[in-house]
Amino acid sequence: MSSREKEPTHNPLRPGTLEEARAQTMNEEEFERVKEILGRVPNVTELAIFAVMWSEHCSYKNSILELKTLPRSGKRLLVDAGQENAGLVDIGDGLAVAFKIESHNHPSAVEPFQGAATGVGGILRDIFTMGARPLAVLDSLRFGNLDDAHTRFLFDGVVRGIGHYGNCFGVPTAAGEVNFDPAYSGNPLINAMAVGVLHVDRLMTAKASGVGNPVFYVGSRTGRDGIHGATFASEELSGDDDAKRPAVQVGDPFAEKLLLEATLELAETDAVVSIQDMGAAGLTCSSTEMIAAGGVGMDLDLDKIPLRQDGIVPWEILLSESQERMLLIARKGHEHKIRKVFDKWELQAVEVGRITEGGRFRVFQKGETVADVPAWDLVLGGGAPQYKREYRKPDALDALAAFDPLTLPEPDDCNRTLLTLLADPDIASKQWIYEQYDHSVRTNSALEPGFGDAAVIRVEGTDKGLAVKTDCNARYVRLNPRRGTILAVAEAARNVACVGAKPVAITNCLNFGHPYKPEVYYFFHEAVAGMGEACRAFDTPVTGGNVSFYNETLGQAVLATPVIGMLGIMDDVTRFNGSSFVESGDEVYLLGDANGHGLGGSSYLKVIHDKVAGEISTVDLDHENRLFDLLVKLAEKQLIRSAHDISDGGLAVCLAECCITDRRTMTGVSVDFPADGSIAAHLFGESPGRVVVSVKPELQTDFEREARECRVPFRWIGSTGGDNFRWKDYIDLPLGELADAYYNSIPDFMNRS
Amino acid sequence: MTEPETIETTRWGVVIFPGSNCDKDALDAVGRICGQKATPVWHRDIDLEEFDGIILPGGFSYGDYLRAGAIARFAEVMESVIEFAGHGGLVIGICNGFQVLAETRLLPGALMRNKDLRFICREVNLRVERSDTPFTNMIETGRVIKLPIAHNEGSFYLPPKQLEELESNRQVLFRYCDPNGNITAESNPNGSLNNIAGIVNRQGNVLGMMPHPERRCDPLLGDPDGFDLFGSAIDYINRN
Amino acid sequence: MKARVSVRLKPAILDPQGKAVLNSLQQLGYDEVTSVRIGKLIELELDSHDSGDMEQRLEELSRRLLTNPLMETFDIELEDDDRTGDH
Repeated sequence: MSSREKEPTHNPLRPGTLEEARAQTMNEEEFERVKEILGRVPNVTELAIFAVMWSEHCSYKNSILELKTLPRSGKRLLVDAGQENAGLVDIGDGLAVAFKIESHNHPSAVEPFQGAATGVGGILRDIFTMGARPLAVLDSLRFGNLDDAHTRFLFDGVVRGIGHYGNCFGVPTAAGEVNFDPAYSGNPLINAMAVGVLHVDRLMTAKASGVGNPVFYVGSRTGRDGIHGATFASEELSGDDDAKRPAVQVGDPFAEKLLLEATLELAETDAVVSIQDMGAAGLTCSSTEMIAAGGVGMDLDLDKIPLRQDGIVPWEILLSESQERMLLIARKGHEHKIRKVFDKWELQAVEVGRITEGGRFRVFQKGETVADVPAWDLVLGGGAPQYKREYRKPDALDALAAFDPLTLPEPDDCNRTLLTLLADPDIASKQWIYEQYDHSVRTNSALEPGFGDAAVIRVEGTDKGLAVKTDCNARYVRLNPRRGTILAVAEAARNVACVGAKPVAITNCLNFGHPYKPEVYYFFHEAVAGMGEACRAFDTPVTGGNVSFYNETLGQAVLATPVIGMLGIMDDVTRFNGSSFVESGDEVYLLGDANGHGLGGSSYLKVIHDKVAGEISTVDLDHENRLFDLLVKLAEKQLIRSAHDISDGGLAVCLAECCITDRRTMTGVSVDFPADGSIAAHLFGESPGRVVVSVKPELQTDFEREARECRVPFRWIGSTGGDNFRWKDYIDLPLGELADAYYNSIPDFMNRS
Repeated sequence: MTEPETIETTRWGVVIFPGSNCDKDALDAVGRICGQKATPVWHRDIDLEEFDGIILPGGFSYGDYLRAGAIARFAEVMESVIEFAGHGGLVIGICNGFQVLAETRLLPGALMRNKDLRFICREVNLRVERSDTPFTNMIETGRVIKLPIAHNEGSFYLPPKQLEELESNRQVLFRYCDPNGNITAESNPNGSLNNIAGIVNRQGNVLGMMPHPERRCDPLLGDPDGFDLFGSAIDYINRN
Repeated sequence: MKARVSVRLKPAILDPQGKAVLNSLQQLGYDEVTSVRIGKLIELELDSHDSGDMEQRLEELSRRLLTNPLMETFDIELEDDDRTGDH
């Protein structure tokens, strides 16, 4: 009927060639290995299966050896990293938190709205296929500069896409971060994190078992969407990609919402053996990973797969990344329960195969065997290739670190400098973004975006709270990847501690350039080493995550961006701290090293002096641990009114934010904290381990005693009150002026056309 | 222990359409927080006899594809909701629920795309225009309450003549306002005519509103202004 | 048989999408464009060749579901795409 069929004479059994393997990013050595494994030349269908499973995206072949050095277990972890779709952290009372972050960078570069939307959809499915109800979504975004029209188009589309999916699905988009740097202009980073809660005894695994058990295909129909999306993500974007435009997946959040409810209803029954999302590499990846994990095989009948269009050939069906689909293995004899639930939610559930003995993945069409491959050899942790990559420290790093920021002239007008920093899109209010996200649906959002250093979400049906945040300052990583990643973990943990939660575990999304370039791989190697060091020190193991290589445009890599997603827990969700000053007459303290300097890699250098250089601060990991303990105790005992971490823009920006981030109660401050050296460093330095807190006068002694007991240095620096931010003769600005700079910056950019 | 006089527990049904996503929030607000009996009602259920009040919750029924509320209007349960309202039962449509009530014609008007063409989630100020309705008898006229909105299609529209009628019948219950209760263009988040955020039918027993009272019942989530709205309705049912 | 239902906002109703597109077009230099109204196009495939009854049913379904008569109007266009003519 249709004249648009790609290969009307496609023969799924025709032997594949080395050229075809290469076109699918497989090298000669890998092609030879496939022949060895099968004992023959693979047919084109089998070749596509191997190519996609051995792609970077599915196999982690260039990263897994490094990732194995991370701390991946701990007393709270119920599964080790990589065992299930997402990490699982015990929070007591039979409950566990499932959480994970994933990138959708390349799809979003070509189609920002759908790319970002389907990124959110994918990570949500990872969470709820475990039987967990998603409680929050976070997003970590990187774009080029907002004065570029194409960047504004990408930024606008991504924000709309995230909102479109999360709002309709009904999960609060609770927190996140966004940074702007020209290095991301051709290759934005879109990382989405989802957090959910489940009853441990209702965990649904991704491990197939039980020979003879039926395999169900569930959800939307299969089209040609995103075919080779998985292999595509493993190639850098080339200049003519606008013309090439691979098929884009379109998300259907309504279908996903129905899938969620149906899946959670099924988790209450005994009908499901295992279940997995069809994400990257669709049917192929979900089937083979499930059977490889369970040491069984599967027979799959392609004639039964619900298709959306005619003429789709076997390899396309197997690789399609059509959204909102899952593969489910049912307990034999309980099929009626599966059908009943999916009928209720008006979803398709079709029996498409059976679990078999022996570990083969066999695919049939019209009575013919179109593929017969051993599952174990396809998967990560099985026979998929693993490579140790070469790395080399770039020469430029030492020269960058040698730059001394104190050789620059002091700011002549600190008021103006502060206003410029507050209006920098990295620092400015992100209200324009988060107001497009429903962040209060499900009535668990105790601390909403903009009001605190992390989101605080109540665990439904309990008094417990979760605090979640993503962080990564890629400028620091650029200057010193190991230390920069330690700083990212420390900042994420500090943010979570500031709201009153104990940091317990992380997930991570590692966004890097081409792994075959030794200077790029150096950043990856060092970042993983730094993450491991910090996570061991904080006892926040790595529960899982995602690696995204090939983030390059025209041979130029993005800034190495290892995003950390931190999970914190609190016993009493009502005892959280916001970041804003609450009332006049409170005392303001600086926790941490009062002589902190830290201009290397700072926002001040970048925004005011257009320089990304200098030695970045080291992190005192023991001090950070004591600080986290103190902050949690202060929240539990309700000894402070607010807590705000000092990061981009230093103490001056931190204090300004404390004054204005709650627009209902804007409260001024008078600061009496003189510089005893560089004024720039004193006001705008970013040395870590420092937090500004406000304390009611009658609680001052209790607060100070607690800080002494936790061995955290503190210093009184001022008092709240008035309608200005005053600091010696450095700064005197009305709050209205600060608020204008802070709140209008991003909307002003986005109102340009 | 309370007074010997027993306060009846009122019975509420919360309708779930495919794609509803604030059903749990409404059940939680009326059940756990207000202490009433709150029961989910599937969109195929048609028996509403056991209930004193019905809530059509927020969300994206049928994905809001075509028009918000357009498909849910044809759900089997809606026949029963129309009948329930006809007998004077209290019906509250929140956000998507308001859109469904408008499509059903239980309430006049249409909810169109926000004027800035963006989804908006923020806390807004609302002026309460009447305290002589079942939904506001605990809130004095002119009081400013704060409730969150979270919608893409909340711009209230009605042709001029009908709008005049709506106003002269005093059917407007909530208007977007500034913190001092002034009805200004700046405080209108979505372009609604006359800053309209919530209306009742002529009989006064059917309420539709874009803001979410169920998100402001638990003190954990902010000032519990929404509690007064449900409290009013519960009180009304108990007195009648 | 195929039917196309074009749904548009009534002329009196503000169309913010149309306004936004008009602004962009004028900024791009297309000064000759003086008004933009955005609607939607709904394509239906029909299993019937009795166009008399069908037109009436299409009117009805357009009024009942496809449009909100308070703010929208519609046109229906019928197209016989059965080029084999086997009926």
